[in-house]
Amino acid sequence: MSKRVVNILVPLISIVLGLIIGAIVMLISGFNPVDGYIALWNGVFGSSYNMGETVRQITPYVFAGLAVAFAFRTGLFNIGVEGQLIVGWLAAAYVGSAFELPKIIHLPLALLAAAAAGALWAFIPGLLKAKLQVHEVIVTIMMNYIALHVANATISALSDGGDKTEKIHDSASLRSPFFESLTDYSRLHWGFLIALIAVLIMWFILEKTTQGYELKSVGFNQNASEYAGMNVSKNIILAMVISGAFAGLGGAMEGLGTFGNITKMTGFTGIGFDGIAVALLGANQPFGVLLGAILFGGLKNGGLNMPNEAGIPVEIVSIVIALIIFFVASGYIIRVGLDRLSKKKKEGK
Amino acid sequence: MKKRKIGLALSALLASGTLLAACGSDKGDESKKSGSDKDKFSVAMVTDIGGIDDRSFNQSTWEGIEKFGEENGMKKGNGGFDYLQSASESDYNTNLNNLVRRNFDLVYAVGFNLHDATSEVAKQQKDAKFAIIDSVIEGQDNVASIMFRANEASYLAGAAAALQSKTGKIGFIGGVEGDIIGGFEAGFVAGAKAANPKVKIDIQYAGSFGDASKGQAIAKRMYDSGTDIIMHAAGGTGNGLFTEAKERKKKDAKADVWVIGVDRDQYDEGKVNDKTNITLTSVLKRVDTAAEKVSKDTKDGKFPGGKTITFGLKDKGVDLADDHGVFTDDTKKKIDEFKEKIISGDITVPEKPEK
Repeated sequence: MSKRVVNILVPLISIVLGLIIGAIVMLISGFNPVDGYIALWNGVFGSSYNMGETVRQITPYVFAGLAVAFAFRTGLFNIGVEGQLIVGWLAAAYVGSAFELPKIIHLPLALLAAAAAGALWAFIPGLLKAKLQVHEVIVTIMMNYIALHVANATISALSDGGDKTEKIHDSASLRSPFFESLTDYSRLHWGFLIALIAVLIMWFILEKTTQGYELKSVGFNQNASEYAGMNVSKNIILAMVISGAFAGLGGAMEGLGTFGNITKMTGFTGIGFDGIAVALLGANQPFGVLLGAILFGGLKNGGLNMPNEAGIPVEIVSIVIALIIFFVASGYIIRVGLDRLSKKKKEGK
Repeated sequence: MKKRKIGLALSALLASGTLLAACGSDKGDESKKSGSDKDKFSVAMVTDIGGIDDRSFNQSTWEGIEKFGEENGMKKGNGGFDYLQSASESDYNTNLNNLVRRNFDLVYAVGFNLHDATSEVAKQQKDAKFAIIDSVIEGQDNVASIMFRANEASYLAGAAAALQSKTGKIGFIGGVEGDIIGGFEAGFVAGAKAANPKVKIDIQYAGSFGDASKGQAIAKRMYDSGTDIIMHAAGGTGNGLFTEAKERKKKDAKADVWVIGVDRDQYDEGKVNDKTNITLTSVLKRVDTAAEKVSKDTKDGKFPGGKTITFGLKDKGVDLADDHGVFTDDTKKKIDEFKEKIISGDITVPEKPEK
């Protein structure tokens, strides 16, 4: 089998496997899997409303996935996407509501603020990693908690003890009446275009610039890169900052698109953590991340329709969706394993 | 390579964690698809992220809807009654929209967290009817707002605490400061002072609705300083209060520690052993009664759109739970007097705590 055939077959087989096991779970718990999957399908493609909502759901996943993938390519494991996303969301919501400016300035400013906030939040673990060799996993996880509670306290302060910030002005909003009429009042917003641009930007940085080559090189082998005259700590910090900026923009999608404000959170949004899976599903490639986000967002939004249309409880839906993703991820692992096996054979010869 | 393996394992773990986070106990309810019947009345609700079996708000609303449905011979599903759970905040909007698209005649949004989503969907779907609980949406004719005068029942709780207290010191633990919990506090303080002007009231907020250990720490400090009755309006944080009181009672059967519960009758939470229970009473917020009543009104064509309906002692929307024989005759008598006066309007209970 040629490599291309394997590349296409592995994910297809794993999705089918996931669907079959999911069906068995539904059967065991006394629900009709056919109804369930029809509801899932309709939840994604069933109406213009659902399609709009699906694209909306996919958008922040693209950013979260890109953030994780970008850091990963530089050999860094950014688990702090969740926290960077929250501070980005907060910054976007604040800039969106606090200032009154023409749209051409206001919207980019709010997006920029979100990216900067996310970048700043990722700069700290990057700096600690580069200068003091503190493991980024620990720092980023802790920064998630700090982000959550700092955001909640800030919301409280901004709203005089309330639990949400004021709505952003229209001039900072990504929403558009055009999409609303097109998709029957879904919350689809311009963010998906920005997400597509972000995918291209990541591809461009990594594949077409010297800086991108350095980043990847540091990811492959730090010592060799240093020997080749690259500044490893600068590259580590830069990778984290860019990664954090992507995450911050993901937060802006929520702040400027979906919600139009930020509400006190009792727990994490989960988007940042799902971003890890999205990145790995996409093999840390920008376009792969896009596909991973489409799968994740599609399943998530379609899953909402399963209790609605087929009466399947959300708990079962979560299990079914987790199983599908699990098998897709396993397919990736299998492929990595196969690659490694064939490499070893070659080396052996 | 090794690092990447660890990374993969970690990410799989985290991803599955977030995906499975929504999994609670499955109640195993089945809904059969049934064609929507235009002549019949149908009602549905959207939970907040607490879920349908949160032992509080969402569950209580659902119980009210279920009761209403059974009384009217309705079935769960389309054209009858149903609910959708929200796993995250972005689901509110979608869930409300989904229910409207299934032609439910009335859709409940449970909790003030759904304020923005309800307002937005109601503006878009002008033919649909909504009712929001614990929040007020003004100026939209297709939304009814349901509020509770929890301050009135808290007044009675405060009076009961002041009358039953042996040390003359009582306490109040709040969750997060705000309008809703402020109402509980204001009523509790006013009631206590009315029953016994000399009573000392210790008030502290935990800053969270889900921090049981903080609740326990506050309760410990209050009991240590001679407080014998503590009321909470702090959700999960209040569980720490119950833990502390029960531990004290276990160590010393004669210890004079009491708890006043909130939202629903928390008698079961206060059980130390078969004979002893530290729950004095509970401030009841009958969301189920309210949901039932508004459903009934809407069915009869009297949908209170654009209005705020407030449930107080008068319409049994709030009340004091059974004391299970703990109150003295004197306390009982005085509480009944206060209750009558509040209902008749002789006493106006403050809604906001004095600063």
